[in-house]
Amino acid sequence: MLSRRRFWVWVASCGLLSLAVLALAPLIGSSRMQISHVWAGLSPDREIFFYARLPRVLLAGLAGGALALAGVIFQALLRDSLATPFTLGVSSGSALGAVIAICFGWQTVAGLPALAVTAFAGAALTMLLVLWIAFEGRRLSSFTLLLAGVTINSICMAGILFLHYLARFGQSFAIVRWLMGGIDAVEYTTLGVTAAGLLAAFFVTMAKSQEWNLLAVGEEWAAGRGVNLSRTMLTGYLLGSFLTGVVTSMTGPIGFVGLIVPHALRLAVGADHRLLIPCSFFAGAGFLAICDTIARTVLAPTEVPVGVITSLLGGPFFIWLLRTRRRSLWL
Amino acid sequence: MNVLYQLAGLRMRLGQAEVLHGITLEIFAGQMVTVVGPNGAGKSTLLSVLSGFRGGYQGRCLFLGEEVNRWNKRALARRLAFVPQILRVEFPFTAEQVVFMGRTPHCHGLFESPADRQAVEHAMAITDTLEFSGRDFRALSGGEQQRVILAGALAQQSSVLLLDEPTTFLDLKHQIKTYSLLRDLCHQGMTVVAVTHDLNLAAAYADRIVVLSKGEVAADATPEQVLRPLLLLEVFGVRAQIGHGPAGKPSVLYGPSEITC
Repeated sequence: MLSRRRFWVWVASCGLLSLAVLALAPLIGSSRMQISHVWAGLSPDREIFFYARLPRVLLAGLAGGALALAGVIFQALLRDSLATPFTLGVSSGSALGAVIAICFGWQTVAGLPALAVTAFAGAALTMLLVLWIAFEGRRLSSFTLLLAGVTINSICMAGILFLHYLARFGQSFAIVRWLMGGIDAVEYTTLGVTAAGLLAAFFVTMAKSQEWNLLAVGEEWAAGRGVNLSRTMLTGYLLGSFLTGVVTSMTGPIGFVGLIVPHALRLAVGADHRLLIPCSFFAGAGFLAICDTIARTVLAPTEVPVGVITSLLGGPFFIWLLRTRRRSLWL
Repeated sequence: MNVLYQLAGLRMRLGQAEVLHGITLEIFAGQMVTVVGPNGAGKSTLLSVLSGFRGGYQGRCLFLGEEVNRWNKRALARRLAFVPQILRVEFPFTAEQVVFMGRTPHCHGLFESPADRQAVEHAMAITDTLEFSGRDFRALSGGEQQRVILAGALAQQSSVLLLDEPTTFLDLKHQIKTYSLLRDLCHQGMTVVAVTHDLNLAAAYADRIVVLSKGEVAADATPEQVLRPLLLLEVFGVRAQIGHGPAGKPSVLYGPSEITC
């Protein structure tokens, strides 16, 4: 069971830690900067801090938190510890949208950056398509959801490969770069809207913690404790897809965060979603912010794709965690 | 006696096959009913209809006067608890967390109330599971897991328990303890419907045995009336003798080479 004390100790420490990361990360970078200049309003340090680094760090934080959250949701929904935000095809749909925009050379759609718009549209369409396929009568089962998602995923991947094959050299580079995932500075209004959407999804997910607990154990088990299966499955799928779609359309598919952060947190705090959800959200935020800081500094002035860092850094860390913690588990 | 369930002409299809072909029976409050029958007779399906999990049935299945598939799920879960045979848990939930899940239909908000804690502790105490409350559910033996699952259902504090083979993995002592517990609960007003393969436990504890065969009710009466060699031969294809068990209950005896086709 979960005491208030244990809950707040964990949530506060994860939250403060990730806030500290988000506050410190903008101070690190390829060009030296003095914090006193930033506050004194002296350019170019102020420019760099507020318009190049801070929005980028904040986006990394939001994206990391959202991906970890989507990972938690999909793992519970599919009762599969290998599920990731990308398992059910939303990110491939989003990638297909982006690749189409690149291949057709679209720059803006309705005054917005074309890549983000088509990527988000791709994510939304894939989500609806998977849902349409997976509905059996009025029920949504995790098994058909998984099959439908995986199938749509590979169809989208095939579409991407096909377009990539036809693309010119310059486009081909842009496609590969997008597929590697990366975080760029965005405007504060964009950041604000994204944050509002993702935080709303976070609170809905949090409010349904006990339902994810039950669903993670079994459908019949959950139904027997009064969970409305169809509604909860649908809510979970929509939440996970929304989080994934929003993030992927802004950053491309950044791997590993959504798989490894929930598992690392399960080793630390256990499987109870009431604790797992907020801790994963904050840890995901801090983790991706750190990875992105490394990505933009380690080979400065060149940047390393952040997806490379998440796996190179996160992989060994997780192996270490597994080796040291598994004695206390039953493994 | 209060009627709890009224089933009339209950039919249920799973995929192409019709698994239940018209079940008619009534279950009264405070009864201890066991459902027996060969594999594929429809026992588990019947249980999943009674629990409200499978709502796509035809015919009537009234629970407290209303079709069980039209009940609000949460309200239903406060009145009846389903006990599955096994749980395949993928994640590191502790035994206590699994039991606490039974409190879900009573919970409001994120944290458990003192009443929730008390219910969990009591349920774990009477199922002998307190000693492993902090352990990973997956690390427990089959029988220990089964007792934890039962504790989860008891923590739900419903007035009806529906159990799917609750003693499959239990050692002899805990088989007897579990059935004694169920009978005691019945005496306190609980209604128990248990699917089982153990005819002797059914004979020793049940008020009533419902024999299912090929999706129909083959017999429905007291253990003394139901457990007869001819019926066992017809339904199970086994030649068995009926002896006298402890406390004057019938006991079923069978040995090798007594199987008919």
